[in-house]
Amino acid sequence: MSAETMSIFSPKVAARFDALVEKYPLRRSALVPMLLYAQDEIGYLSDAVIAEVAHRIGLTELEVRNVATYYSMLRFKPAGKFNVQVCTNISCMLRGAYEVYEKFQEELGIGHKGVTAYGVFSLEEVECIGACCWAPAIQVNYDFHDDLTPEGVPGILADYRRKSGGQ
Amino acid sequence: MPRLVSHPDEVKVVSKRFGQGAANIDKYIELGGYEAARKCLAQGPDWIIEEMKASNLRGRGGAGFPTGMKWSFVPKQSARPKYVLINGDESEPGTCKDHLIFLHDPHAMIEGTIIAGLAIGSKMGFIYLRGEYRYLLEIMEKAVADAYAKGFLGKNIFGSDIEFQIITQSGAGAYEVGEESALMESLEGKRGVPRIKPPFPAVVGLYGGPTVINNAETIATVPHVITMGGTAFAGIGSARNGGTRLFSISGHVERPGVYELPMGYNLKKMIYEVAGGVRGGRKLKAVVPGGSSTPVLLPEEIETLGMDFDQVGKAGSMLGSGGVVVIDDQTCIVEFALRTISFYQHESCGWCIPCREGTDWLKKSLTRFHAGFGTAKDIDNIRYLAENMMGRTFCPLGDAAAMPTLGFVKKFRKEFEDHLDGKPCPFAKHTEMAVV
Repeated sequence: MSAETMSIFSPKVAARFDALVEKYPLRRSALVPMLLYAQDEIGYLSDAVIAEVAHRIGLTELEVRNVATYYSMLRFKPAGKFNVQVCTNISCMLRGAYEVYEKFQEELGIGHKGVTAYGVFSLEEVECIGACCWAPAIQVNYDFHDDLTPEGVPGILADYRRKSGGQ
Repeated sequence: MPRLVSHPDEVKVVSKRFGQGAANIDKYIELGGYEAARKCLAQGPDWIIEEMKASNLRGRGGAGFPTGMKWSFVPKQSARPKYVLINGDESEPGTCKDHLIFLHDPHAMIEGTIIAGLAIGSKMGFIYLRGEYRYLLEIMEKAVADAYAKGFLGKNIFGSDIEFQIITQSGAGAYEVGEESALMESLEGKRGVPRIKPPFPAVVGLYGGPTVINNAETIATVPHVITMGGTAFAGIGSARNGGTRLFSISGHVERPGVYELPMGYNLKKMIYEVAGGVRGGRKLKAVVPGGSSTPVLLPEEIETLGMDFDQVGKAGSMLGSGGVVVIDDQTCIVEFALRTISFYQHESCGWCIPCREGTDWLKKSLTRFHAGFGTAKDIDNIRYLAENMMGRTFCPLGDAAAMPTLGFVKKFRKEFEDHLDGKPCPFAKHTEMAVV
């Protein structure tokens, strides 16, 4: 495949993938990060993403799907532009994560894995994100927010709404 | 930005550069960085391994295996390339120490990896970070690029004729990948299911080559061991437990945070003095001493308990990943047990039946129990299920799910009984707990 003419990815990401497969002793080692970076750009692992990743690495699409379904961050349908991931594992739970999670549900009007109108926000209850000492914590896409309270939830959402142009 | 804490009892070794801008390579060098790697280059592999053995440094991932001994198991001659693999998949609930090392001291991670490479005669190291740690991966990638630019990595490290390359890698969400053989599978582009042992990674590991796998905290400690000398490092800790440990103290304490304390530091003091005591002046109910997979301890069990691998083991639990989760008297243990097992059920890779089925049944039983539909027989069934998962799986995830469950049932049986006969949970806030 010529990356410039055939790729569904932007030239920048396509070039990154060209380099990524050459980096390892074994080409296949690029698979997991490539799927994640592909999802970052396209939003989810569409059929076209699976097909191009399989081609780039030299695997069948089935082999790629077999691996992709294992990892909890990888998804097969679009999330919101801002994917709100609320940790409710023990350290967060003890400091009020469920109250924070309920507040997000109330404010966004969606539940676990729901997406709001126009695809602005999605919500997920997730397992430990490694911010136990700053609990309760969430991630919005890759950004951490620590020491949350239910009262702080509307402000966080308002900041992201502003970033998305007021929707 | 995660908050940094400090306490006068801390002995800052691994965390001494935190908050000082050491992610910048010039700052790291100014603070004495990369001197340990140069020293190791001059002294050679046998000397490095002797220093590591003398240090009594034990693996910070949870198992507590002596690092120097682990390195010495790698054969000197090997037809296949040897590898160093750093486990930064930090995902044991209650643990967030590697988060701070990646953020504040990424070059310590690189320097430790170089030293491990020199010790075992490897030319390539991998630093694997969990997928959620994207901003930390970017910090790591920048640090690696800077180290290449200075000639500390590459074909001729520090101007020598020795080659060492480092590749950073992102995961994509999987607790199981923190297990060393599943980690290698993931790095080879596969589902993160464990491999059966033997052969051990030191003989047949990544890409079939001899591989040393170290936890991120362990590897960030290595340059300090070299700088201060193995014996001096050992002198900081307790018997057979060298040095300090980054304890992630979370839950119901006044001042949660990552504190660096000598191995063997008393757990009660850690909670009441270092972390400021139980939040809101409440009473202590229980402590999970080393991440969510370690059996719970009661207040009377922590009075004189020193936090090192051997003492916590003797007390019937494990030091694990050093994640101390403090639980106050307003907490329902059944709910806590349910949230713990829900995690392991979600994360079980499904490869071994006792783990896949056991975690699922435990979650179902505890969900029903907490909702007030349990029967007296359930308590023994929960125990029976957990006991039959122990030691019957390829990797320790089955044990990690069973051990805490057994602890809760044994030590808080009365609280389980209080949920019987349709009685509502005495602490209930979330009877219809959302489940991941």
